[in-house]
Amino acid sequence: MDCSHVFEFKVKRLIVVFTLFLAFFSMRPAAFAQDHESHAVAEHSAEAKEEKKFDIGKFALHHIADSHSWHVIGHTYISLPVILYTNSGFVNFSSGDFHHDDEAKVVIEQKGQRFVKFHEKIYYASETANDHGQYIALDEKHHALNARPLDLSITKNVCTLFISIIIILAVFLNVANGYKKRKGKSPKGLQSWMEPIILFVRDDIAKPNLGHKYERFMPYLLTVFFFIWFNNMLGLIPFLPGGANLTGNIAVTMILALGTFFLTVFNGNKYYWKHIFAPDVPWWMYIVMVPVEIFGIFTKPIALMIRLFANITAGHILMLSLLCLVFVFNSLAIAPVSIVFAVFIGAIELLVAFIQAFIFTILSALFIGMAIEEHH
Amino acid sequence: MITGSIAAIGAGLAAIGAGLGIGRIGGSAMDGIARQPEAASKIQTAMLIAAAFVEAVALFAVVVALMGNG
Repeated sequence: MDCSHVFEFKVKRLIVVFTLFLAFFSMRPAAFAQDHESHAVAEHSAEAKEEKKFDIGKFALHHIADSHSWHVIGHTYISLPVILYTNSGFVNFSSGDFHHDDEAKVVIEQKGQRFVKFHEKIYYASETANDHGQYIALDEKHHALNARPLDLSITKNVCTLFISIIIILAVFLNVANGYKKRKGKSPKGLQSWMEPIILFVRDDIAKPNLGHKYERFMPYLLTVFFFIWFNNMLGLIPFLPGGANLTGNIAVTMILALGTFFLTVFNGNKYYWKHIFAPDVPWWMYIVMVPVEIFGIFTKPIALMIRLFANITAGHILMLSLLCLVFVFNSLAIAPVSIVFAVFIGAIELLVAFIQAFIFTILSALFIGMAIEEHH
Repeated sequence: MITGSIAAIGAGLAAIGAGLGIGRIGGSAMDGIARQPEAASKIQTAMLIAAAFVEAVALFAVVVALMGNG
């Protein structure tokens, strides 16, 4: 085989390299000086960039928070309605009227009252603007001092809640109809997809923890399980139907935990209350034990609330932080690393979405089970 | 000169504690499953519940750190 072209190529390459080498050394000092100058300019602009450095914490916290408009793509936003209960009754307008202002610079007048939006919260506007053109009074920590109307707006989280209600209703009405139509027959379609999960909740969550009285609590456990799971999954979708951080909102998890709290308190039998107020210990132990047990009634649902909230919020912050590494280092070279890590964490988050729904449900079942346990 | 919040140290310490705890739980569950593979599903459930309790403590710390930071 004739390999001469390889050598030819090598020779040509050597010539190019040597030419460049010689050219480098034959450059005049002036050329180097110019080079230094351009370096200095580059450094200067880097310093200027340093000042408006990308704030990863602020970015992540902004994205996991609730908001009055829903970001779709690029500069496209869905403006959600703002509904306020003010001193003179209900007021409503579109959040688009603020023109994406979040620094209290745009004032909206409705029913003789003036409103501004500051960090996704609506305040009554001040009479005059401050030095930065903001119609709001701020303390030295940049916290707003103005009064707030009662905000009943359809925010991004409320909107997601409606979407998830529609999805859950569609899925479970379909499944329930399937059982009605095919009584005693094998499941079909969506029904055969949901049946193992429903049975999992019954056999692995309800029965071991609640004993023979499990049927009374199945509706609650199933609702909680699927609500948390579907919303966790919706939160993982980065674009429109998902993207909101619903189960990472402490108000939502508080309502879920309150459900468990009320079920525990109202279903607690006399053994449960005896265990709290008159445990079988020497009387002088009561001084310590009774307050601790009473405290325990409240700490269990509070732990449920914070566990779900913190897990989902931490997951969202982690994903955002990993993707933001590109902007923090300001280089494209970091992008493959950050994307690989983000996909990896995304896969783990899929698992976490299920595990957190499972943990919330099984702990609810455990607490209810402790309250309804018969004495033995 | 290092600037920033000391909350990050708190979050890190909480992560150490939770790591030790969950590590022990996971290790013991592995032991249990190796000895009794037929009880794997029951052990896994109990393991997840125990891990959730340990994790909750760490998450409390993270929430406190976040609040202290903000």
